[in-house]
Amino acid sequence: MLEKALQGNAKYWSWVGFLLSMMGLGAFCYVLQFNYGLGLTGMSRNVSWGLYISQFTFLVGVAASAVMLVLPYYLHNFKEFGRITILGEFLAIASVSMCLLFIMTDLGQPIRALNVVLHPTPHSILFWDMIVLNGYLFLNVVVGWVALNSEYKGTHPPKWVYPFVYLSIPWAVSIHTVTAFLYCGLPGRHFWMTAILAPRFLASAFAAGPALLIILVLLVRKFSSFDAGDKAINKLVTVIIYAGLINFFFVGLELFVGYYSNIPGHMHTLDYLFFGLADHDTGIIYNNLVPWMRTSVIMGVISLALFGCKKTRNNSGMLIVACALMFFSLWIDKGLGLVLGGFVPNPLEYITEYVPSIPEIFITLGVWCTGFFILTILYKVAISVKTEAERLS
Amino acid sequence: MDNKRRKFLKIAGLSAIAGIGAPAALNMLMKGNVQASSPHGHGDDHGGGHEEAKGHGAHHGEVKQGKRYGLVIDVHKFNQTPGLAQKCISACHDTFNVPDIGNKKDEVKWIWEEPYTHAFPEHSHYKRNTELHHLSFLVTCNHCDDPPCVRACPTQATFKNEDGIVMMDFHRCIGCRFCMAACPYGSRSFNWRDPRGMKDGKPFIKKVNPEFPTRMRGVVEKCNFCAGLLKKGLLPKCVEATGDTKAMVFGDLNDPASEVSKVLKSHFTIQRKPALGTKPSVFYII
Amino acid sequence: MYDGAKIIPGLIIFVVLSTFAIWYGAGDAKQVPKPEKPVGYTNCVKPTDFMRQSHMTLLNQWRDEVIREGKREQVEAGGKMYEKSLQNGCMHCHTSKEKFCDVCHSYASVTPYCWDCHMSAKKIKGLEEAI
Repeated sequence: MLEKALQGNAKYWSWVGFLLSMMGLGAFCYVLQFNYGLGLTGMSRNVSWGLYISQFTFLVGVAASAVMLVLPYYLHNFKEFGRITILGEFLAIASVSMCLLFIMTDLGQPIRALNVVLHPTPHSILFWDMIVLNGYLFLNVVVGWVALNSEYKGTHPPKWVYPFVYLSIPWAVSIHTVTAFLYCGLPGRHFWMTAILAPRFLASAFAAGPALLIILVLLVRKFSSFDAGDKAINKLVTVIIYAGLINFFFVGLELFVGYYSNIPGHMHTLDYLFFGLADHDTGIIYNNLVPWMRTSVIMGVISLALFGCKKTRNNSGMLIVACALMFFSLWIDKGLGLVLGGFVPNPLEYITEYVPSIPEIFITLGVWCTGFFILTILYKVAISVKTEAERLS
Repeated sequence: MDNKRRKFLKIAGLSAIAGIGAPAALNMLMKGNVQASSPHGHGDDHGGGHEEAKGHGAHHGEVKQGKRYGLVIDVHKFNQTPGLAQKCISACHDTFNVPDIGNKKDEVKWIWEEPYTHAFPEHSHYKRNTELHHLSFLVTCNHCDDPPCVRACPTQATFKNEDGIVMMDFHRCIGCRFCMAACPYGSRSFNWRDPRGMKDGKPFIKKVNPEFPTRMRGVVEKCNFCAGLLKKGLLPKCVEATGDTKAMVFGDLNDPASEVSKVLKSHFTIQRKPALGTKPSVFYII
Repeated sequence: MYDGAKIIPGLIIFVVLSTFAIWYGAGDAKQVPKPEKPVGYTNCVKPTDFMRQSHMTLLNQWRDEVIREGKREQVEAGGKMYEKSLQNGCMHCHTSKEKFCDVCHSYASVTPYCWDCHMSAKKIKGLEEAI
């Protein structure tokens, strides 16, 4: 089936060419980072995780969101998702690949990465994260590829694949739960230490992932003859609305607990993210994430309004805008604020701000483009197979 | 080798089983952490260590056996002897080839000075005596009895040794920096760049100790309580540097007859962030 | 054969490239390396044959014993006691990394990461001179 990815028009090849050149640029910057050390990034002793880990965290969510298609389709026999479930699974493959790449780029000694397997450590959450992420990648590759292959051959998927399908459902929840555990089990990091971190991760994931998927599906409709169908898209919109509302509800809970309890440790990071935090000693106010976080809130509200209004929801142009706003709102919230904010202030209550370096940004873009490259290839194959199968039947 | 493989297979098998249920994983996590309801864990300024040294406390869960090295820092003695803290820092950093990178971002440090407000941010700073605010506190790795960094490390590159010292195995560290996020004391430094490098013709390592290696870029490092020297019956370098000022007292917290236990019994001491349940082994007489 | 004009040159290029290492080094047999042994010492901590084959295993074992298990007792060689340490043990006698370690390592084209942290006498001197 893979040969389908080798046939395409000029637009397809120029898109692939663009992705490859961005990947090359990212790889070049990575070589610089590998030789110099992670000091080439904007990370510091006080903000010891940066863009890489925050992108990783966000993308675990996008990967997990495939379950919002798999579950209704396979468990509740929701037929309308039959045409796009594979697109969700392939999005999960691309996202998990990005996650793994982001972890690798973040390691100080990437060559020793296998130490995690050579010295298995069940009391480390990172060990479990390694297991659930690789397991999820495996499940989606198997399920997605087998399902597509049977469609290619005009048969039903073999029976043996169903246990993997059902396993992938709780597994999707597990990847984001374990990723939340990375943060919420750390003493002395007040902002992360909240029991609703895992549910909040899941809620934002189930809004951001389907939002991206709708954009992709509409792009596919524009550039090929493959149409996912309005019913499927409408169902996804419903998922986004509820997940988005629950996410904002959770954010509200965090704000209430922080500010009503009036416990300084619980307010510091919220202050830093939304209003700016003054330094103990100098009185200088640090606020470089405030514009971002406020934009995130505004985008989220506008997006929910657009989704909520029937007129805008049914207009595909406005629908794309709503989805994009939701996706970027949550990307800022989780892909920037959550990880970076957790380090401000540090355990000794010093404030250090983080600004990514230029090579760091290019490496990040390179990884994103690698993900989109994988996604492009997989979608090309899937859509070619599906349109051919439909033409034949 | 065979034994190792068997151990690996065992752990891998167990892991796979536990992986199906997150509760199992959680249980493993919580092991040894169940003392949260002990009467000493609630943020009172007295260190939990006093009581543990006596070994009582049936509802503490298990009482830790074996050695547990600890350190008492007398802040007033440091205050009375100007330059003493700096002497301790140099003694440490020169022994372990700790680089002085020269900027806050890439900074590497094992022991350093902090004002009261930053060493003890969880304490009230309102209307405290002025002397306190002029004091500086030496801070370093607390060699916690329940170290969060050890829990977090995915390769056991950081681990607790048989003397209760939280060690770093630089050979094994993959540089994921999970331990840095986990440490509530900011005691860990990452080698953001090659510590053997230099800037403007000046090397980061100001004095080379040929008996200890340097580090490489991409690994985390921190104080090791001079584990190697202790085995030779010597004191940690910082303690040695205080001479006979008694500004630092070092010894086995689990030995009621040790000097450090006696000092703790007869003085009011505080620990950093006792409410977190990490049970720090560094105490301060203020 | 379809596309023979493409397949045959393609195959030739593949064979040439995949055997690059063989014909590139052909007829250029290197001398077996002769590391310089320390003068005045006759015994190492283990027999020469063992050390030649398995010194890395021994070093790894020492590393784990010293750092992880706290077993820092010294080892005996020729009636003298030495620390279980690359920098303070082995290199007590094998003073020159360049004339001992590197000779074989570069012949075998291996770059052990020992030297990223541990220092040869020359490196120590270099670092000291830089100060």
